[in-house]
Amino acid sequence: MGGLLPLIEHGIKKPVWDCRMCGQCVLHSTGMTCPMTCPKTLRNGPCGGVREDGHCEVVPEMRCIWVKAHDRSQHMPLLPRSWREEFDHLRPPVNNALQGQSSWLNLLNGRDRVTPPGWAASEAHA
Amino acid sequence: MSPTSPNAFEVLCQTRTRPVVTAEFPSFDGGTLDDIRAAAEKLAPWVDAINVTDNPAAHAHASNTAMAIALTQLGFNPILQVVCRDKNRLAIQSDIVGVSMFGVQNICALTGDDVTAGDEPEARRVYDLDGPQLIKVATIMGTGMYLSGRKMKTAPHLFVGAVENPTAPPLEYRAERALKKVNAGARFLQLQIHYRPEQLEAFIAACVANGVAERAAILPTVCLTKAARALSFMNDSVPGISVPAATIERVATSVDPKEESYQLVRELAEHALSIPGVAGLHITDFRHDDSVRRLTEDLAIGPRFEEQHAHSA
Repeated sequence: MGGLLPLIEHGIKKPVWDCRMCGQCVLHSTGMTCPMTCPKTLRNGPCGGVREDGHCEVVPEMRCIWVKAHDRSQHMPLLPRSWREEFDHLRPPVNNALQGQSSWLNLLNGRDRVTPPGWAASEAHA
Repeated sequence: MSPTSPNAFEVLCQTRTRPVVTAEFPSFDGGTLDDIRAAAEKLAPWVDAINVTDNPAAHAHASNTAMAIALTQLGFNPILQVVCRDKNRLAIQSDIVGVSMFGVQNICALTGDDVTAGDEPEARRVYDLDGPQLIKVATIMGTGMYLSGRKMKTAPHLFVGAVENPTAPPLEYRAERALKKVNAGARFLQLQIHYRPEQLEAFIAACVANGVAERAAILPTVCLTKAARALSFMNDSVPGISVPAATIERVATSVDPKEESYQLVRELAEHALSIPGVAGLHITDFRHDDSVRRLTEDLAIGPRFEEQHAHSA
């Protein structure tokens, strides 16, 4: 199961979203646009280098992932409102230990929501 | 300055008794402490804090931490810029706690230009944290613990800020992104160099509406240049900066491009300071003459004008 599930997940999500198998999927909160395809792997919005035409600082021929994500989170049909609202949430640092794992499994067992204790403490505090 | 009490820049960002003025320190590629002192003495009388950059435009220079420690030891007040491009979360945290032991308090978190903007595009880009995450990590460190939750011996006094670009797409999202940064702990926001007053106005208005302008000191940025070529260069080569063709034309066709460049910046600065919600000004200087002094004097801003503001208040 541990070996098969990531394969199945990758087989589906790679062609559709260019999934990078970070193992902690946030697609639903980013307008169904994978932030790990941003050359800087930014998970909290666009950097300041976005070109005037909305294209990427690093890959000029590519539309900025976050320009796309922002647009889609607002306008994509059938996206639940709670998902749209999650766009503005502060997503924690990537847990690099989950790379390559199935995010479906990590969603079910809650591992994708575990944050470092310092982060968790400050969230509890806020 | 005691490492545990707020520094003058922090106090001013909070009280806003007069406009806050910051400026960018030049990059160093060798030299001595005397060179650092000489450069700081040229800037310090006119500004409230000095930004030390972190490998700007993805070019290696003397490290941000070394420069910030030097400035602090020489009696100046630095703002340590930290970018996410070059170091992972471990290295960034050790840098911050390290400089804090020398009395460096002001931290400005940036995503950072990509390695492809620099002269070593073959380098591995890191971005283990992103800008908003870095703000939060620095804020957590100010409570006396690392991201891991491990306690420090003493909590460093940190005043954390960030940057935002009011003129990069998606324009309508930039103030929300600023809010995300303020929610993460940013208490000052130094903006990207701008040449589009109308976009700055829209951004500030949105920051007033969503509370950012009240919770963080917003400092728009102007860039002192000498010629139209510098403007064209920024427009073509610096990620996230666009300069209207008419602005470049204005400088290019003037009888005295150097003076016209100054007047352009003066107008941009004057306009920025006139917008309700703006707390001050950040100045970058590629002229390397006495223009920082001239600008702050012409606008009557900065530490030299403390008393005047006290009287008029």
